[in-house]
Amino acid sequence: MDTLINISSALFLLLGSFLCVSGGVGILRFPDFYTRMHAVGVTETLATAMILIGLMLQNPDGLVVLKLMIILLMTLFISPTASHALASAAVHNNLMPELDKKEDNEKETSSNS
Amino acid sequence: MVAIAIVRMKDLFAVIMLSGIYGLLSASFFVAMDAVDVAFTEASVGAGISTLLMLVAITMTGRSENPTRHKPVLALAVVIVTGSLLIYGTLDMPYFGLAQDPVHLHVAPRYINDSMQEVGVPNIVTSVLASYRAFDTLGEVVVIFTAGMGVLALLSVVRRPRDIARDIAKIDSLNKSMHEEHLILRIVVKILIPFILLFALYVQFHGDFGPGGGFQAGVIFAAAIILYAMLFGMSTARRVINQSFIQLFAAIGVLLYGSVGVISLLNGKNFLDYSVLSDDPIAGQHLGILLIELGVGITVASVMVIIFFNFACRKDDQQNIENNES
Amino acid sequence: MLIAATIAILVVMIMAIVRGIMGPTLYDRILAVNMFGTKTVLLISLLGFVMGRPEFLDIAIVYALINFISVIGVLHYSDASIFKRSDQQKK
Repeated sequence: MDTLINISSALFLLLGSFLCVSGGVGILRFPDFYTRMHAVGVTETLATAMILIGLMLQNPDGLVVLKLMIILLMTLFISPTASHALASAAVHNNLMPELDKKEDNEKETSSNS
Repeated sequence: MVAIAIVRMKDLFAVIMLSGIYGLLSASFFVAMDAVDVAFTEASVGAGISTLLMLVAITMTGRSENPTRHKPVLALAVVIVTGSLLIYGTLDMPYFGLAQDPVHLHVAPRYINDSMQEVGVPNIVTSVLASYRAFDTLGEVVVIFTAGMGVLALLSVVRRPRDIARDIAKIDSLNKSMHEEHLILRIVVKILIPFILLFALYVQFHGDFGPGGGFQAGVIFAAAIILYAMLFGMSTARRVINQSFIQLFAAIGVLLYGSVGVISLLNGKNFLDYSVLSDDPIAGQHLGILLIELGVGITVASVMVIIFFNFACRKDDQQNIENNES
Repeated sequence: MLIAATIAILVVMIMAIVRGIMGPTLYDRILAVNMFGTKTVLLISLLGFVMGRPEFLDIAIVYALINFISVIGVLHYSDASIFKRSDQQKK
């Protein structure tokens, strides 16, 4: 039972750090602001959740688990809201996402014919 | 390196972000050195409230620094002379961290060994701040209070009934438009703010056993109110938080602190000696620490809110005057 | 395992700083600072477990809140004010 908890905790931590690193690579390599924000916003919430669940399994003591759960709940509320605020601010200030020009031409030809 | 970048850059907005990162780096140094209370205070004050207050300040001053028109040679000379005198003065002090320092031989062991019996509080930082060195903490609270008074004296604007009526009209229009924009932000923040206030109370009263205490709790409380004011508009915030109440609270905090000391005086012991507050000296210490931390928290929260409202309302009033003239 | 996760998060924080310095628009930089903040929350929690001091979790909660409030403050008071356009629409 003890080793099962240890192994699952290590698994969650590994998964969480892998997601975190992939979000970091995404913020460096993606071409546009909106794509970068999508990479960060999605991976950072999930990575936080995974790592915090891994930490909760490591130390099943009462108050520590409660505090970790509070951090998890708050991150679940706060992270998507911050991404939404950032995106709506960018749209209001006319930072438009880059659209692929070939797709527009194909849509025009398909709607014309 | 971050400090050099802060000094050299002219764009004040980037300077503020860099100083936020600087505060965060200091907090992480303190975490690495295993100093929990200091890291807590640095993270909440240095990386949080200072960034917010400086942001509000540059809305009034403008975004870039004025170029200096003369070379400040005399100032540089004064700084070099004073700095070298100070360094010369510290050459006499014992080396930092040696085991034979008087600090480590007499002062620190006394606090560490005797704190549990004399004060009875597990967190030694709180016992030193609030009981052994309570007079210094009184000085800090008075300094914060004076800063609030300074901002009020320089920037306060008298509100006329016409302004208050305009506020009420603005709130009605805001409530109607609430269904349009920022709906998600406002709803989420409405859920979060009671939780933040509750957490501030937890930090305030848990300062005896873990990191926390009055300063951090006051800052978190003020941050919650600033969040509300930013998202729901200054008019709503001014109606919710009555300005004269907040000024009264700032004074009440310092008064609470001072009166604890005066009660000790009246009972025949030294100023701010808590043993006389109850029959059992340890219970007296607990009561005394509780009361003064409460005073500190109330004053810090009120002063931060006063500073923010005075900075932000100026900008709002200027915009109102522009809107009325145009 | 904890130490490996800590190193991974440190690497991601460096990546976020690089994007913050490089990012062409203002929003890239705000995004980088926001990401830096949430990774700091994770880092403090992990460091608390590595060093055996669970009191660091209070600092993590405070910093998560402060990060959120700072991002909204920056959005409100910079050129990217999300309230400006609604005033112009009302006029």
